[in-house]
Amino acid sequence: MKTLKYIFPGILFGIVMTKSEAVSWYRIQEMFRFESFHMYGIIGTAVILATLLTYISKRMNIKSVEGAEMNFKSKDKSITRYLIGGIIFGLGWAMTGACPGPMFTLLGHGVWAIVIVILSSILGTYAYGALRSKLPH
Amino acid sequence: MIEFISQPWHWSVSGVAIVFVMFILLWFGGSFGASSNLRTLCAIGGAGNKHSFFDFDWKGQLWNLVFIFSAVVGGFIAVSFFPSPEPVQIAQATQEHLSSIGISTPQTIREGFGYVPSEIFAVDNLFSPRNLFLLIVGGFFVGFGARYAGGCTSGHAISGLSNLQLPSLIAVIGFFIGGLLMSWILLPMILTV
Repeated sequence: MKTLKYIFPGILFGIVMTKSEAVSWYRIQEMFRFESFHMYGIIGTAVILATLLTYISKRMNIKSVEGAEMNFKSKDKSITRYLIGGIIFGLGWAMTGACPGPMFTLLGHGVWAIVIVILSSILGTYAYGALRSKLPH
Repeated sequence: MIEFISQPWHWSVSGVAIVFVMFILLWFGGSFGASSNLRTLCAIGGAGNKHSFFDFDWKGQLWNLVFIFSAVVGGFIAVSFFPSPEPVQIAQATQEHLSSIGISTPQTIREGFGYVPSEIFAVDNLFSPRNLFLLIVGGFFVGFGARYAGGCTSGHAISGLSNLQLPSLIAVIGFFIGGLLMSWILLPMILTV
């Protein structure tokens, strides 16, 4: 039951990714070409609202359903890893038109070729784990 | 009601809905970050025996796998029960650019391929070296880059930025440097060879 309750937000997420068209390869190309406000509107609305709610949640010390602190993570300070990792991610994002959430959503659309993208993204993650000590962070 | 839900959602509705999902996850004790699942899948596959990065208690991350596999179901529900009556309405400029590099106008999921171009994603077109290159290398970059940067669109662009994390802003700038390079220069080259 502890993990099964995540089915609800998961299904909702798949529906939202589809109906927002954030799963669309076309929308990602359009975003990177600055030819429409659509994706910026989605991400912008989400960031502004989430910033407000994050601030309120911290301020009012709102607890999770199990009574623990909410999981707002602080990221380690650095530039190298975020910039280089980010650039590599961005190349892949524009290449496949899918980031990790939409990849799984597209599987539900019956876009079977996305299985290749999912498997190679797992391989990429594995490669990072294997090479981590040799990479500049 | 079904008709109302079926039309593509306005960007503001979509943005609010994403935050709703994010706060359900936080309230449940989790957090909003899709790419962590790729690391968990490596750990379940036994990668922890070889590399310490995957040597963690992955059972504690099962909730996130339940979340992401439910998103597959969500995608299925959305296209099966609330299919959009119209194709993705991308800007005229984008359509013109894409047709100049051999990608045709989007179609609805009923009459065509829906959200992704058949030129790249149709199973019949899969065994062209170009498409395999795009899918395999692209996927590899997404997985490698997301872990190197410590997060993807959900973890950095939404969770991180809204928690005022400077590292997330740097990562998002990186996403755009890579994305711009790909969609303006490299992708047109790859698609027109």
